Amino acid sequence: MDWIPQIFRRRKFYDDLSEEIRLHIEERTEQLMRDGMSAEEATRAAQRAFGNRTLLEERSREVWQWPTLESIWADMRFALRQLRKSPGFTITAVLTLTLAIGANAVVFGILNALILRPLNVPQAESLLVVQHGSGVASHSYPDYLDLRRRNRGFDDMAVFAISQSGLDTGKDPSNAWEYETSGNYLDVLRIQPYLGRFFHDSDEHGPNSAPYIVLTYAYWHTHFQDDRTVVGRVVRLNRHPFTILGVAPPGFQGTVLFFAPDIFVPIVNHEQLSGDKMILNARASRWIFEMVGRLKPGVTPAQATADLNSVDSYLKKNYPKDESSGTYTLARPGLHGDYLNGPTRAFLTGLMLLSGLILLAACANLGSLFAARAADRSREVALRLALGSSRNRILRQLFTESVLLSLAGGIAGLVASILLLRWLSVWQPFPRYPLHVPVSPDANVYLVALVLALVSGVLFGIVPVRQILRANPYEIVKAGSTGGFGRRITARDVLLVVQIAICAVLVTSSMVAVRGLMRSMRSNFGFEPQNAMLVDTDLTTAGYSGERVPAMQRRMIDAIQAIPGVDSVGSVNYPPLEPPGSWQGTVYTDTTTDLSPSNAAADPYWYNVTPDYFRASGTSLLAGRAFTWHDDTNAPRVAVVNREFASKILGSVPDVVGRYFKLRDGTRVRVVGLVEDGKYVNLTEGQRPAMFFPLLQSPASWTWLVVRSSRDPQQLTAAMRSVLRDIDSAMVLAIRPWSTELSGTLFPSRMATISLGVLGMMGAMLSITGIFGMAAYSVSKRLKELGIRMALGAKRREVLQAALGRAFKLLAIGSGVGLALGLLATKVLAFIVYQATPRDPLVLAGVVLAMAALGLLATWIPARRALSVNPLVLLREE
Amino acid sequence: MPVVNRAMTETNSRDLFPGALEMMILESLRREPAHGYALVQHIQQRSNNLLQVEEGSLYPALQRLLKAKLVKAEWELSSTNRRVRTYQITAAGLRCLEQQISSFERMFEGISLVLNPGRATTS
Repeated sequence: MDWIPQIFRRRKFYDDLSEEIRLHIEERTEQLMRDGMSAEEATRAAQRAFGNRTLLEERSREVWQWPTLESIWADMRFALRQLRKSPGFTITAVLTLTLAIGANAVVFGILNALILRPLNVPQAESLLVVQHGSGVASHSYPDYLDLRRRNRGFDDMAVFAISQSGLDTGKDPSNAWEYETSGNYLDVLRIQPYLGRFFHDSDEHGPNSAPYIVLTYAYWHTHFQDDRTVVGRVVRLNRHPFTILGVAPPGFQGTVLFFAPDIFVPIVNHEQLSGDKMILNARASRWIFEMVGRLKPGVTPAQATADLNSVDSYLKKNYPKDESSGTYTLARPGLHGDYLNGPTRAFLTGLMLLSGLILLAACANLGSLFAARAADRSREVALRLALGSSRNRILRQLFTESVLLSLAGGIAGLVASILLLRWLSVWQPFPRYPLHVPVSPDANVYLVALVLALVSGVLFGIVPVRQILRANPYEIVKAGSTGGFGRRITARDVLLVVQIAICAVLVTSSMVAVRGLMRSMRSNFGFEPQNAMLVDTDLTTAGYSGERVPAMQRRMIDAIQAIPGVDSVGSVNYPPLEPPGSWQGTVYTDTTTDLSPSNAAADPYWYNVTPDYFRASGTSLLAGRAFTWHDDTNAPRVAVVNREFASKILGSVPDVVGRYFKLRDGTRVRVVGLVEDGKYVNLTEGQRPAMFFPLLQSPASWTWLVVRSSRDPQQLTAAMRSVLRDIDSAMVLAIRPWSTELSGTLFPSRMATISLGVLGMMGAMLSITGIFGMAAYSVSKRLKELGIRMALGAKRREVLQAALGRAFKLLAIGSGVGLALGLLATKVLAFIVYQATPRDPLVLAGVVLAMAALGLLATWIPARRALSVNPLVLLREE
Repeated sequence: MPVVNRAMTETNSRDLFPGALEMMILESLRREPAHGYALVQHIQQRSNNLLQVEEGSLYPALQRLLKAKLVKAEWELSSTNRRVRTYQITAAGLRCLEQQISSFERMFEGISLVLNPGRATTS
């Protein structure tokens, strides 16, 4: 192999060759002169006889090269030189591509991590989520045991519920999020311990028989500092001793992607964790968060579903009282079955579509800039054609330039998207919940970004192709490149209009979203979050049960009420609009006698509150009375309902006080008060019925204190913490202003607004570059004409009109189309953003103003150039 | 128009079949080493000026031969005291030339048979 020395000797070969050719022509010239020609004639004749010297020299050199590779390299060097010569164009193009490809990479990264990539467990393809109906939690524990025993489609099935417990290692108790799992959960997932061992099916021997804990790797790392002696240690969970068995492998966090638990505990110990003796055996209590199953080899999901439903009909027959509507379905794990899968998929598909549009707009934009450049270089191209360069060669060179640009943009965009995705992966939107978006990028993302870069490079490189293929070098060299830019509608114009339209769609959408968000912040929640604090205390976690719970709650309320500056204190089992959901209970009209689920009147939201709750939360009482501490177990059962409850279930709003309705167990409840409607689970929900029961008649151990006070939140927090610590120093407390707590509820619309805002900004940037390119091009093409007009006395306004009229016309058409499309698109937005209405004068005005501002910004520099034309200088130059 | 001219020169030079020029160069060099200019002269004279080879097209062919090590080149002074780069055929070049000539002759014979069937049978 002698190609390596050849590379080094090549320079000499080339020099020899040039010298040789020079000498050849010289010798021929001398010969011709000897034959009697003049020196000048002889030189010309010798050169003619030799042929195209440059071309032949190049062909000779090519012999020594790897032809394609080296000519591509040469093209690349030439392209780089060209790009360096116009840094403005290069920077604009790379930046535009960075944004567009980066946006696509980010959206695809999220799509990839949440939807496309299988769950991080062995043999994820055979793992399925079993869902019943369409609620968040839809299984009861006895149902699970029956399904597991009787079904024939699955190797094994496991369940888990999510809860929170106070974990006390001896110092500073803190809340830990736990998966309460069936003993076989980790085995069904085929996970192996990182340290120690896991609990198994065989560890379960009835209620509270398995006081074991498995730590997640992350929790072990942060709370036990990677201490390997932790295995076998006894800690207290809600004041009950539990033994730490082992640590799960790094990266494993259960079967719900968004939710990272701290520990795993056996569900058979649920009573110790929650204080609830009944629920584990109650078939009607559907509180299990998720059921997963390992499909038997050879069984299709459809067969397994059919089998599950036959078990279900058996259960319905045997336990008619506990039946629940809905059938069994199977879904992919990771996003809690179809519950989150559907919305996430829809949202991400929408985003992907939008970012794809952005990339297309970027390509259209760069394509037109590129075409303008190609036109500016038409003399150069013509010269090269005339000198014998082939059209293919020139096209290849242009493509080299465009692909080089797009690769640079693609790499920059990819780096930016990797940083953003990394940041997203560790971001926790709500401090109170271990929720996060695990979207670390992988090879797929890199690949997609690179492919997108190449495709877009080719896409915008294609735009000037026709222009070059049609170029007639003879004409261009002779006449200069003034022709061609006439009144016709060119492909470039269409591209620009499309792109402006896309920008207008994005601007419209983001404005609609922002307005919707503003509205949702100000809408009537049915309570007043300003000047209210929430204190989240779980008395079960703190070890209280039975009679001691209400007594303790009363003590806490009294203690806080005594703090100066506190206006009122109430408690509620779970505050409205607090994610993930709300308690619900089935009710019947007073006349219903058959209390089976199918006869139920409704499933209103259910709140257990203390007498002062309505005052503390700012919920206005419309009729009747609030509760008193005398509404206890000795008094008749009473309730306060909202307007929707009154009109929908009791059939009347004005005289609702004094009417009765029935609970699931047949208890008659008298309505004593009527409160305003509100929002209970999310802001976009329609009006839903809600009912409030006095805490003493309907106890709940999970208590949120609502404290209304105009005092400074920080001082108030400190004061509350100290009085509550005086009562019980081991209680886990979380105190936050209610308005802060609401951020979780507003999260989806906030995210939608931010994404749309970012996309809108990128669209705007793209439009600016597009219009700028177009205007600059139009001015530079007609500079000579403008100069002549100025010389002949045209007014500034007329010059501007001549130079930029077309750009403005295109802008107007594009904005009009975009606005119309944007208004149509916002109908889609209405699903995510509360009260997103497109027919909002503010939005319309905003869009028009924004587009006009974009136009002004983008044509500013070309307009100045057009106005500063000095006819004398210009005409002299030509 | 320049484009048309270029196209025509290209078709002219392609009148030779691929490898013909290389073969003629090798054959000339087999008789005696020569530099580029002398080679052109030689080929044109020997062909009674029937082959109008564009002088420059010799050089790509020479480079191909150099690369394939069928010829070698050396700078020296000519008899007329010019600095020239003289090409010399190598052993490998000789072998290659023989093969090419024999395959060319067979091809030429075949073509003649097709073009002049009568003469082929009489000979």
